[in-house]
Amino acid sequence: MIGASLGAAAYERAPEISALLAVTNPVGDRRPACLSLRPDAVLVLSGIGISFGGVTALSDVDLEVKSGEIRAVIGPNGAGKSSLINIISGLYHADHGKIAIDGQSFSRVPASRLAQLGVARTFQNLALFGGLSVRDNIASGRVHTRRASFVEHIASLPRARREDAAVAEKVDKTIAFLHLEAVADRLVATLPYGLQKRVELARALVAEPNVLLLDEPMAGMTATEKAEMAGFVRAARDRHGVTIILIEHDIGVVMGLSDRVAVLDYGRKIADGTPTEVRADPAVIRAYIGAAEGENGEGI
Amino acid sequence: MAVQALDAATLPIDWQRLALPAVLIVVGYGLIPAYASSYLVEAILLPFLALSLAAVGLNLLTGYCGQLSLGSSAFMAVGAFAAYNFNLRIGGLPLPATMILAGISAAGIGVVFGLPSLRLRGFYLAVSTLAAQFFVQWALTKFGWFSNYNPSGVISAPHLTVAGFSLDGATGRYLLSVTTVIVLTGLVSRLVNSATGRNFIAVRDNETAARVIGVPVLRTKLLAFAISSFIIGVAGVLWAFTYLRTVEPAGFNLDRSFQILFIIIIGGLASIRGAFLGAAFIVVFPLVLSRLGAFLFGGLFDSGALDMSQRIVLGALIIIFLIAEPNGLSALFDRLKRRIGSRSS
Repeated sequence: MIGASLGAAAYERAPEISALLAVTNPVGDRRPACLSLRPDAVLVLSGIGISFGGVTALSDVDLEVKSGEIRAVIGPNGAGKSSLINIISGLYHADHGKIAIDGQSFSRVPASRLAQLGVARTFQNLALFGGLSVRDNIASGRVHTRRASFVEHIASLPRARREDAAVAEKVDKTIAFLHLEAVADRLVATLPYGLQKRVELARALVAEPNVLLLDEPMAGMTATEKAEMAGFVRAARDRHGVTIILIEHDIGVVMGLSDRVAVLDYGRKIADGTPTEVRADPAVIRAYIGAAEGENGEGI
Repeated sequence: MAVQALDAATLPIDWQRLALPAVLIVVGYGLIPAYASSYLVEAILLPFLALSLAAVGLNLLTGYCGQLSLGSSAFMAVGAFAAYNFNLRIGGLPLPATMILAGISAAGIGVVFGLPSLRLRGFYLAVSTLAAQFFVQWALTKFGWFSNYNPSGVISAPHLTVAGFSLDGATGRYLLSVTTVIVLTGLVSRLVNSATGRNFIAVRDNETAARVIGVPVLRTKLLAFAISSFIIGVAGVLWAFTYLRTVEPAGFNLDRSFQILFIIIIGGLASIRGAFLGAAFIVVFPLVLSRLGAFLFGGLFDSGALDMSQRIVLGALIIIFLIAEPNGLSALFDRLKRRIGSRSS
């Protein structure tokens, strides 16, 4: 904790100091030691850097997420928020740095094992299976628990039937939790956008993850839908104890919903703390809030 | 099975769901064997059944799993030549076992040529499956062993017997064909409605999301190639043993692969019924058109010109139809059913 607050303070006071710290404390030697000091941290990113064709998307980003908290990551467009979530979920591989999920350290998270690691995510642009019903889309979120082979499915052998029943039970619970009963048997592609976003949340939640990554879950929604979605996110944490990393553009939603907020700008973390601390931070006001208010005015 | 049927009879029965299979069984096993002319069986039903089954197989891969393939004809060839060789070289092998082994051989080749799908998508994958097409034809022509050193690489169907009954007559071959098609189609329809089938669709609709939620994407794609090639391989056995009777490697050329692809596009992707509707269209329609053409204009034009104009008419109909209903005959069928339903109520 000391390290984190010191770091945050340093970031707050002067960017030069943070640059100095990064030079004098090379990534990797001291930070892993911090991991063991924080048993309640379910996700720790240290010194994450990635660039695409010479354009740096993220550089030397640290993030530590405690169990059961709603942790927001905000920043203007192009700040590297989505890159960060893609690195955590293994879709991008960081050039530098380490990711520790539940104490297991990776330099490249294996995306195909993500569900087994207890991490689920949603996507900024919907990534549902358009040819499946709402129920089947949600059921696909439990695919990592299935073991039965296709032969067992065709022959309807006991293990396949048992798995189907277990999945159906979880799916029903999730459908009830997110109030999707009325549309459960519709093809997902025929639903309005706001509901599709909710189905995607359902597909992530049904996996019963420890960590849930939400990439702009409220983007493009009306104010009512946003409030509803925020309610679901909070309820998911309160009832199921899911740790949530929330990437969001709408700063109003974030401030009301999250326990701690990290602010990215041009691929660097410029602030990290409670919503109140972040809101008062002059660097944030300069880099993000000023710009974001302009953007929100334009309806983004 | 009989006990189950009795149980079902005491429960309220969903007649609408049972009606279609019941009609199909009565027609397929009762009326057709009893009344159909041998022309109808030999020239229409046997190619229709074999191509329908191949289309069911390709639809599993392309329609459900989203992997575009132009290798169907090659997998049919593998099935046909494998069946010929298993039958030739293992004395007393029952016909069903021969067909299953032929399907497994096709599945093995299918998995090998499915490996590029782990890296390639869409048109690029389709081009790489062409490799199967060329390789299989080349190997079957090059190595005489496959056709038992027949000088022109031709194989002939062996005597078809199941449990002592000879199926060499038109009706016997028809019964073998229709039973094979019903059994495999039944298994496929169970598969596509299972968790495995939903994995196929997940991989097709969004591969990244599928991977992140834990669908084993590589395994799923190879499984789709394997099962699809198995079915297409068995369809190849039916094509060679029940329909053509003698077949050479060149009979399984790229045209046939395209034909099967067109069947599933016209019939409707990701629809089992679409495979049958598309096959019916492709097999039956040219015959109807040619009869009609001969009847109307037989004396006026020579047969070459008539044949060419039939192709033009067929092509134009396909274009018009696909513009009107891009989701294929299966979707058209649903639309008609809904319209009739709403009118009667």
